[in-house]
Amino acid sequence: MNALVNFSKIFKFHGGVHPPENKTQSTHLPIGHLSLPEKLVLPLRQHVGNMPKLKVALGDKVLKGQLLAEAEGTVSAAIHATTSGTITAIEDAVIPHPSGLPDRCITITPDGKEEWIKRQPQDWRNTDCQTLVASLRSSGIVGLGGATFPTHIKLRADRKSGVHTLIINAAECEPYITCDDMLMRERADEIVKGIEIAQYLLGVEKVLIGIEDNKPEAAASMRAATANNNMQVVVVPTLYPSGDARRLVHLVLGTEIPYDKRSTEVGLQVFNVATVLALYRYFEFGEPSLSRIVSMTGSVNQPQNFEVLFGTPLPHLVKAAGGAKPETTHYIIGGPMMGFDLPDENVPITKAANCIIAASPNLFAPPPPAMPCIRCARCADACPVNLQPQELYWFAKADNFEKANDYKLFDCIECGACSYVCPSNIPLVQYYRYAKSEIIAIDKAHEAADLARERNDFRLARIEREKLERAQKHAERAEATKAEAAKNALENQISTAPETNIQAGVGDAQKAAITAAIERAKAQKLAAQQAGEAPKNVANADESIKKEIAEIDARRESVGLETNVEKPAVDTEKQAKIAAAIERAKAAKVAAEAAKQNLTKED
Amino acid sequence: MNRSPYIFDAPSVSAMMLKVLLALVPGIITYLWVFGGGILVTLTLATLTALFAEAAMLKLRRRPIQPFLMDFSAVITAWLLALAIPPLAPWWLIVVGTLFAVVVAKQLYGGLGYNPFNPAMIGYAVLLISFPAIMTKWPAALQLAQTKLSFSDQFHYIFSGLLPNEVKLDAVTSATPLDYLKTQLMLKHDVASIKEAPLFGTLGGKGGEYVTMAYLVGGLYLWQQKIISWHLPTAFLGALALISGAFWLLDSTHFASPLFHLFSGASMLCAFFIITDPVSGPTTPKGKLYFAAGVALITYLVRVYGGYPDGVAFAVIFMNICVPLIDASTQPRVFGHEK
Repeated sequence: MNALVNFSKIFKFHGGVHPPENKTQSTHLPIGHLSLPEKLVLPLRQHVGNMPKLKVALGDKVLKGQLLAEAEGTVSAAIHATTSGTITAIEDAVIPHPSGLPDRCITITPDGKEEWIKRQPQDWRNTDCQTLVASLRSSGIVGLGGATFPTHIKLRADRKSGVHTLIINAAECEPYITCDDMLMRERADEIVKGIEIAQYLLGVEKVLIGIEDNKPEAAASMRAATANNNMQVVVVPTLYPSGDARRLVHLVLGTEIPYDKRSTEVGLQVFNVATVLALYRYFEFGEPSLSRIVSMTGSVNQPQNFEVLFGTPLPHLVKAAGGAKPETTHYIIGGPMMGFDLPDENVPITKAANCIIAASPNLFAPPPPAMPCIRCARCADACPVNLQPQELYWFAKADNFEKANDYKLFDCIECGACSYVCPSNIPLVQYYRYAKSEIIAIDKAHEAADLARERNDFRLARIEREKLERAQKHAERAEATKAEAAKNALENQISTAPETNIQAGVGDAQKAAITAAIERAKAQKLAAQQAGEAPKNVANADESIKKEIAEIDARRESVGLETNVEKPAVDTEKQAKIAAAIERAKAAKVAAEAAKQNLTKED
Repeated sequence: MNRSPYIFDAPSVSAMMLKVLLALVPGIITYLWVFGGGILVTLTLATLTALFAEAAMLKLRRRPIQPFLMDFSAVITAWLLALAIPPLAPWWLIVVGTLFAVVVAKQLYGGLGYNPFNPAMIGYAVLLISFPAIMTKWPAALQLAQTKLSFSDQFHYIFSGLLPNEVKLDAVTSATPLDYLKTQLMLKHDVASIKEAPLFGTLGGKGGEYVTMAYLVGGLYLWQQKIISWHLPTAFLGALALISGAFWLLDSTHFASPLFHLFSGASMLCAFFIITDPVSGPTTPKGKLYFAAGVALITYLVRVYGGYPDGVAFAVIFMNICVPLIDASTQPRVFGHEK
């Protein structure tokens, strides 16, 4: 097959938008490298899923690549020391999360030696998949397209997953972001080797590499690297959000992954190009996931892509990009369509950080005040999922969550295309996030209520039963006393007959008492179980409690806002409510994402 | 805080509305040329009344006045109503109609974005039912009138109801072609002989047909500017042509041709400017087709069998009622879902 010619048919999806790309600013310079920062702050949770289990203690000396925390439970990923040095803090610190809530982080003060642990490359071609996938669990590799889903789960490879086609997501459809572009330009050969590993692990032959047509250099580089194998580079039109996994699959294959199925259930697997490169580094050199390419762009003096160690404080990266321009107000992580404001400048770079944009009023003017929806349906024309955003907005605004569900709210990928084209400047996506988080909260409350009701029913039944048992006991005792009296009377009358009956009656009462005691013990045990298992360690408990308190505070604050603020003119009250709810939403969203796996971007 | 997207690319509501007003300009100029300067008086009165009513209502409802006045939606309502009523009607007629449209049909329902009915059509229906005599008394096209009224004559007439001394009312007014056709058909004349009357032009009414063509031009501009989609005008004009065509093919002595229906009355205004009101119309592509076809069907039935010469206003209002049903039953298939 002539890899230089694009034979593939493109299957367009509904809607989509084409915002100004703003990519060239950060592609003038090759991928840069940073000096070691004074400290590296590694959040334990840089992925979707469970917090990994800490394996080091304060004051420990660690080597580069050393396991700091191991994956805990199914959906989790390991964390490694990104340089050699000393662990100088294990504490809660601000992380790049929209909630602004702190999370557990490990701080390493580098010794500057960059001393590696003993790396263990694997001869993957001659190793069975089960061993490889098992070892991948401690690689720390997660989806680097932004979804940060642990990669070893996507490769549960007994090679019986039925996956027949591997799609490499190199669309990179968001404006400003160029990390995958630069990676393909500079390291196409390594990417291709990574794809070969993924092919081996999944047992697939067919590979399609989807690249948007605004990256001709990357496409050419990938075509050259794939010239001698059967991987196919598919150039797709530049149309946001083509990098959404489901959209990309549709673009290159015409397959619509059913809403309630994962891609693997229809024989497809999607990997981001940076993720397969990480696979290559891991198996070929024994290097766990320690760094990624980050586009540092926007209002900085020299926008550029850098290879950044996880845990590098953002200011270090900003300095490397020539420093922030004076008009810079804050930083955005991700692209301008789906990114979010960083809560603080001093956050560490994590596995999810594909792009940091220094924001200024010149780049991102605040939107004009929202006007009422005029039902022009431009949003519906732009929606890549073919939803009716104007209806969803209406339902979300009216807290009509049942209807919102009927209109497939949870199929919304929050790509922002609807808000992008809204003439009334309505922050539609925030309404959807709000509605989703409320629905999730309501569902949880329902579950809790059901559980409480069950528990209460059980308690009432137990009380009733105990009452009956007591009554029975009383009756029996009374009977026994009566019988005793009768016996005495009979004995007095020199008679022996009823003795056996009396003994039998006493025996029954004893049995009943024992049963009741057992029941009580069981009930107590059950109650204890339901009240929650004993915390595994104190650190975890502290944190979960802190988090809960913070969430409760956020809730209270939102309620306070609702009750105290007069209804201002153009829906600002609702927006304030939403703003407060978003903090909750984000926390809930992580759970929802893990549960639903409706992952946007590369997953 | 997560407030993405940070970038936007949409015309503002004001810009969209201004384009609609701009698209009406060719029609207004042609109107001016065909019927004289009176329309400018009506348009001005309507605009001022609408802005005043909008501002007063916003103030009463304690809403910000400036952003909502500047969205120009009230001006569109005013212009559509002004273009729909007879241009020489007394000044208070347009004032009453506009007040009703803006105050009752729009602001009492919650203002921009919340009105279930097309405000201009509500205003029109109220006037037609309340003042049927004035509403059906149209000036003849200038080229047909025995006496041509100057702009100052028209201005004077609108405000005082007095014509220049020597001019009789009959000399400056005539029935509209749709009205004339209807009454003459009732008198057992056939279409061909009726259309020989001087007030008929090639396609629709003499003079009036040029105005409808100018509306068509403005409408195509709106489509080109992506302010309106093709669905509504195409479905309306197509359905109207189909229905009238079917009747005409069956019996051309009693039913006018499709071209006549397309270029008479409010057909073109309806196709591009009235049913394209997004607020009171459906939002799904399929729903737009059904909605517009429904308007066309009812319009035709009123024209042919109803008690009024034209049926656009009633048809639009009736179909407005059906919008929630239409939208709910025409939801497009969501990505990844079976229908």
